Amino acid sequence: MTTTAIVMMVISMLVLWGGLGLAILNISRSDRHEPGPADAHRDL
Amino acid sequence: MSAQPPEQTTEATRGAFAHRRVFIFAAIGSAVGLGNIWRFPYVAYDNGGGAFLIPYLVALLAAGLPFLLMDYAIGHKFRGSAPLSFRRMSGRGAETLGWWQVGICAIIAIYYAAIIAYAIRYTLFSVDKSWGADPNAFFFKEFLQMEVGFGLDVVPGVLWPLVVTWLVVLAIMVGGVQNGIGRTSIVFIPVLLIAFVALVVQALLLPGAVDGLNAFFTPDWGALTDTAVWAAAVGQIFFSLSVGFGIMITYASYVDRKTDMTGSGLVVGTANSSFELLAGIGVFAALGFMAQANGVAVDDVAADGIGLAFVAFPAIISEAPAGALLGVLFFGSLVLAGITSLVSVLEVVISAVRDKLDLGRTAASLAVGVPVAVVSGLLFSTTTGLPVLDTMDHFINRFGILLVAVISMVWVAWQMRALADLRAHLNGIASVPLGGWWSALIAVVIPAALVYVLIDELLVVLEAPYEGYPDWLLAAFGWGTAGLVVVVAIVLARLPWSARTPLDVPAAPEEAAR
Repeated sequence: MTTTAIVMMVISMLVLWGGLGLAILNISRSDRHEPGPADAHRDL
Repeated sequence: MSAQPPEQTTEATRGAFAHRRVFIFAAIGSAVGLGNIWRFPYVAYDNGGGAFLIPYLVALLAAGLPFLLMDYAIGHKFRGSAPLSFRRMSGRGAETLGWWQVGICAIIAIYYAAIIAYAIRYTLFSVDKSWGADPNAFFFKEFLQMEVGFGLDVVPGVLWPLVVTWLVVLAIMVGGVQNGIGRTSIVFIPVLLIAFVALVVQALLLPGAVDGLNAFFTPDWGALTDTAVWAAAVGQIFFSLSVGFGIMITYASYVDRKTDMTGSGLVVGTANSSFELLAGIGVFAALGFMAQANGVAVDDVAADGIGLAFVAFPAIISEAPAGALLGVLFFGSLVLAGITSLVSVLEVVISAVRDKLDLGRTAASLAVGVPVAVVSGLLFSTTTGLPVLDTMDHFINRFGILLVAVISMVWVAWQMRALADLRAHLNGIASVPLGGWWSALIAVVIPAALVYVLIDELLVVLEAPYEGYPDWLLAAFGWGTAGLVVVVAIVLARLPWSARTPLDVPAAPEEAAR
């Protein structure tokens, strides 16, 4: 692989997979309300 | 006045996801579909390679995620299927938009199941590489027995996996929002990820894989000055995220009111794009192997869609060491990704019918699912199935989904002037608050970008018949289908709602109790 291709591959991975990691971190930190199974509504 | 308290009519009876993570898995299951695996890698390669990352990221952040959040806001605030949510927002005219989205989903469900059926057969074919030395001839002549036209000569080898697909999907739909859709997603998405990672690892170990990755990631910076490349990025993000045709409105309506929707949207959007990148690596590693094995350039073997999945990949599987495993992982992934997406488009229709007629879960699932499955079987288990499928897919995506997306966005922003209200709703519980920039993107930037893509697509189909198919086929199954759903939507919006479905904006249970 050329250096440019490797750099673009690493940047793509960092941005997209890193972005997913940050997004998951964000919601796990800001979890203000997570209803338990008892809150599940019936589906009649 | 309703005889039941609001929480009975709007939430307890409609079903709901038990946890936010179930909703996120279901939304990822919807977004991650066949397009992630067989469309993104070629689109990226063909539009600048590594340089495509820039327009792709801009499209994701400036168009895909904001649009996704608009869908979430509509469903989450108005607590209904697409037609009911639009009706509650602004009356019958807007309701028509919801039914238009429902009609599009019904059409997609009809043909999407056929591709899953092909993938089921090919998972089995992979074990002994049944396609032999000529996968192209095997797929079109032996497996599909394809003819261009319209006929009802059934191909049993397509019919039975199609029946299996529909039985599985109907069982999921009857199971309901949490026990059917939710549980399926919670199981299928991790399994899909494991299977696909295994596929990527195997593909990376093949000789020539590096050449494929080199072709995929080498940037063509000149592509960034080409508007067609930016349009391709917007189109890829738009089609991939499942936005604009009712799915995310419907799923968001099943989410607990006290849920951070902006944070959830970021996870769904980035997960979808993360999977696309993984698919690009796996597919191009495999294509690099094929190119080296045949002594040709990667460009000569690069393909997308049906050609990639059912012609190029079988050739790779035949030549690769442990090819049977590679085949089972690849086609198995298509089946898993396809089912979680098919379930989501079908839920748009079932949810709308449930709301309109106040039907129970089982009755609505069967009332929608059985006719859709029968039409699917009649059209796509036949020798003429593939050209019809290809035509419907091309036209309903562009002149169905794209068109209704632009119109609904403009309607919400300029006719209803609802963006401030929707933004306030999302910001009520938001880990990532939305500013005025979000409204500007929805009201001006995204519709303008989508109109550009739409005009571009229109010019292409007007220039030459799509795929060289006969005019009558394009008129009937292309333009005809796209037009039919609009007519049906106008009619359905004029039919009355069940008296038990309140059309006013539902109050939160705690507000109603005051």
